[in-house]
Amino acid sequence: MSDSPIAMEHGQHGPELRHHFATAEQQRDAASLGMWLFLGTEIMFFGGMFCAYLIYRLWYFNEFAAGSRSLDIRLGTINTIVLICSSLTVALGVRAAQMGKRKLLVILLILTLIFGLAFLGIKGVEWYAKYKEHHIPGPSFDASDLVRDYPQIHIDQSHEQIYFSLYFAMTGLHALHMIIGVGIFAYLLYHAAKGRYTPEYYTPIEMGGLYWHFVDVVWIYLFPLLYLIDRKPLG
Amino acid sequence: MATAVITPERENYLNQEYGIRSWLLTVDHKRIALLYLISITFFFFIGGFFALLIRLELLTPAGDLVQADTYNKLFTMHGQVMVFFFLIPSIPAVLGNFLVPLMIGAKDLAFPRINLLSWYLYIIAGIMMLHCIVTGGVDTGWTFYTPFSTAFSNTKVIEAGLSIFVAGFSSILTGLNFVVTIHRMRAPGMTWSRLPLFIWAHYATSIIQLLGTPVLAVTLVLVVCERVFHLGIFDPTRGGDPLLFQHLFWFYSHPAVYIMILPAMGVVAEIVPCFSRKRIFGYKAIALSSIAIAVFGFLVWAHHMFVAGISLYSALIFSALSYLVAVPSAIKVFNWTATMYKGSITFSTPMLYAFGFIGLFTMGGLTGLFLAALGIDVHVTDTYFVIAHFHYIMVGGAVMGYLGGMHYWWPKISGRLYPEWLGKFAALIVFLGFNLTFFPQFILGYMGMPRRYWQYPPEFQVLNVLSTAGSTILAVGYVLPMVYFLWSMRYGKLADDNPWGAAGLEWQTTSPPPTFNFDHEPEVTWEAYNYDQIPAPAEEVAVER
Repeated sequence: MSDSPIAMEHGQHGPELRHHFATAEQQRDAASLGMWLFLGTEIMFFGGMFCAYLIYRLWYFNEFAAGSRSLDIRLGTINTIVLICSSLTVALGVRAAQMGKRKLLVILLILTLIFGLAFLGIKGVEWYAKYKEHHIPGPSFDASDLVRDYPQIHIDQSHEQIYFSLYFAMTGLHALHMIIGVGIFAYLLYHAAKGRYTPEYYTPIEMGGLYWHFVDVVWIYLFPLLYLIDRKPLG
Repeated sequence: MATAVITPERENYLNQEYGIRSWLLTVDHKRIALLYLISITFFFFIGGFFALLIRLELLTPAGDLVQADTYNKLFTMHGQVMVFFFLIPSIPAVLGNFLVPLMIGAKDLAFPRINLLSWYLYIIAGIMMLHCIVTGGVDTGWTFYTPFSTAFSNTKVIEAGLSIFVAGFSSILTGLNFVVTIHRMRAPGMTWSRLPLFIWAHYATSIIQLLGTPVLAVTLVLVVCERVFHLGIFDPTRGGDPLLFQHLFWFYSHPAVYIMILPAMGVVAEIVPCFSRKRIFGYKAIALSSIAIAVFGFLVWAHHMFVAGISLYSALIFSALSYLVAVPSAIKVFNWTATMYKGSITFSTPMLYAFGFIGLFTMGGLTGLFLAALGIDVHVTDTYFVIAHFHYIMVGGAVMGYLGGMHYWWPKISGRLYPEWLGKFAALIVFLGFNLTFFPQFILGYMGMPRRYWQYPPEFQVLNVLSTAGSTILAVGYVLPMVYFLWSMRYGKLADDNPWGAAGLEWQTTSPPPTFNFDHEPEVTWEAYNYDQIPAPAEEVAVER
C-alpha cells in the first residue's frame, strides 16, 4: 500500500478500477450487489401496482375478463416472443463480452436494440387501437362496446375503467422501463463499438443485461395477468 | 483562519481543493455530507417556521391569525417538509454519509457518483417543494389521503407528489450505497461482529429505505395519474378503494418512522459507551434488535387505520404485531442503561442529548403502546394525543439523536471544538422547550382536542398557551447550536484527533480526515467499544491554538 492514495491513482491498476476499491474483483462485486438491490427496489415499485391489480381483479372479475378479451392477443404474444428473443441476445452478448469478441458483441447489442424498439412499436400500435375504441380512462372513456359484446355477464363501466387504468399504468410503467433500457443499450453499444469492454472489464454489459432481463421478466408476468385472464368461450 | 494556524495545516478533505466547483462536483462522501448538512438545515428551518405559525394560531381559541384553508396548508407543508426533507435524510445523509466509510475503514462509499446524484435529486425535489410552497401549497395533510387529494383538493397536489417522488429516489440511492458499502468495503478484520452499532442501525435503515420507498413512489404516481387522467383507482364513486391507498401509503410511511428513529438509536449507542467509559452492554442484542425493528416495522402499518373501516379481525392482528415492535425497542433502552451502570459517566453535551433521547423515546414508545391498543386508539385517534406521541418519537427521539450526533462528531467533521458550556446550555433548553411544547398535547388529546383544526373550545386554551410558549423556547434551543457551530468553524479551539477518547476507526484518523480517510489502510484486530483498553481523555481535551 502506498503512503499517498492519490499517488497510486491509475498507477498500479487498470484504467477502469476506481481508486477507492482495492481490487477489480471488489469493484465488480460491489456493482453486482448494487444492481441486485436496485432490482429489489424495482420489484417493490411494480409490487404496489400488482397489489392493486390483485384486489380489483378479485372484486371486478367480469370486467377484468371482458377487458382482457378486448386486448389483441396476437400482438401480445408476438411481443412476448420479441422480448424473450431480446433476452437471448442480451445473454449471448454478455458471453461475447466475457470472451472478448467485440464484433459479435456489437452485433448482439444492435439486435437487442432492434427487438426492444420493435416491442415498443407494437405496444404503440396496441395503445392506438385502444385509443380508437375509447378505452383510454378519462372523461371520454366508453366501454359500451364491451357491454354490448358480452350480454351474458354484468359489466359496470366504471369498474371496467379500473381494469384499463391498471392496464395503462402497468404497461406504461413497463414501457418507460423499456425506453430507459433502450437508452442504456445505446450507450453500451457506443462504448462497445469503441472497444472499451474487455474480458477483464465488462461490468456495464453485465449490469445492463441484468436490468434488461428484469424488465423482460416483468412482462412475463404482465402478459398472462392482463391478456389471459379468461379466454375460454363465455357460457 | 490565518491567525489560528501556526504550523502549516495538514492536508484534509476541507482544504485539499477550494472553489464552488470543487464542492458541487465532489464525489467525496465527507463533502457530500456537508452539502446535505447545509440543505437539510435550510429545510429544517422552513418546516420549523410553519410549526411556529401553527403554534401562534393555536395561541387563542378563535381562528384569528389565519383562515382555515391556510391553516390546512400550514400543517401539511410542516409535515411534508419535516418528514421528507429533514427527518428522513437527516442522520443517514449527513452523519451516515460522513461516518459509514470512516467507521468501517473504507476510502469512500461504494458508489461515490451515485452518492452525489442522490444529493442532486434531493435538491431538485427541494426546489419543486419550495416552488409548490410559494405558489400556493398543498392542503391534503402530509398523508395525501384519497379521495380528497385526487378528486377534491384544488391545491398543488401534483407538484408536491412529484417532489416527494423524486426525494424518495434520493433516499433509495443513499440506502443502496450504504448496504453495498457495508457488505463490500469493510477494512481487513472488520467482521460483522466488530461493526459499530451505528453501522448496524444504518444497515437496518437502508433495508427499509430500499424496500419501502418504492411502494410510496408508485402510490404517488397513481395519485398523480388519478388527478391528471381521472383514473378512479382510489375513487369510491367509480368503484375504486380509498382504503387501498391508505394501505399502500402506510406500507411505506409506517416503516419510514423507523428510517427516522433507527439511525438516532445508532448515534446513542455510540455516545453512551464513550461517556460511560464502558464497553456496550449486550452488543449482539442491540445489533439484532435493529434488524428486528426493520422487519417488524413492515408488519404493523394498518394500526394507522383502526378507525378507517378495516375489519376487526385484521385490526386485532395489526394491534398484536404493533405490540411486538416494543420488544426490540425496549431491548435497546435496557442495554443502554445497563451500559451506564457502574460506568464513569461524563455529563458532556452529546451525553445530555443521549439522556434526552432515552427518556423522551421511552415516553414516546410507551404512549405508542396506548395507541396500539384498539380500545384506547378509537378514543384518541386524530387527537393531540397522537400528535404528542409521534413528536416524542420524531422530535424527542430522532432530532435529539441528530443533535447529539452532530455535537459528538463535530470535532471530527470540522476539526474544531464547540464551546462546551454553550452546548450544555442549548441541550437543556431543547429538553425543557420540547417537554413544555409537547407534554400538554398529551393531556389535550386525552381531553379530546382533535388535530388539524384551527379553532378550539376555550377550555383548552391554558394548555395550548403552554405549548406555544414551549415551542418558542425550543426554537431558541435549535438556533443556538447552528450559531455556535458556525462560530466554532473559525474561532473554536482546534480539536485533537480523538478529543473524547472514543473507540472506533473514525477517531484514529486525523481531524478533519484526509480526502481518502486514512493514510494507511486500517486493519482491525479488536472488538468494537473496547473502552477497557482506551485511556480516558485528560481534563483539558483541546489542543490550545
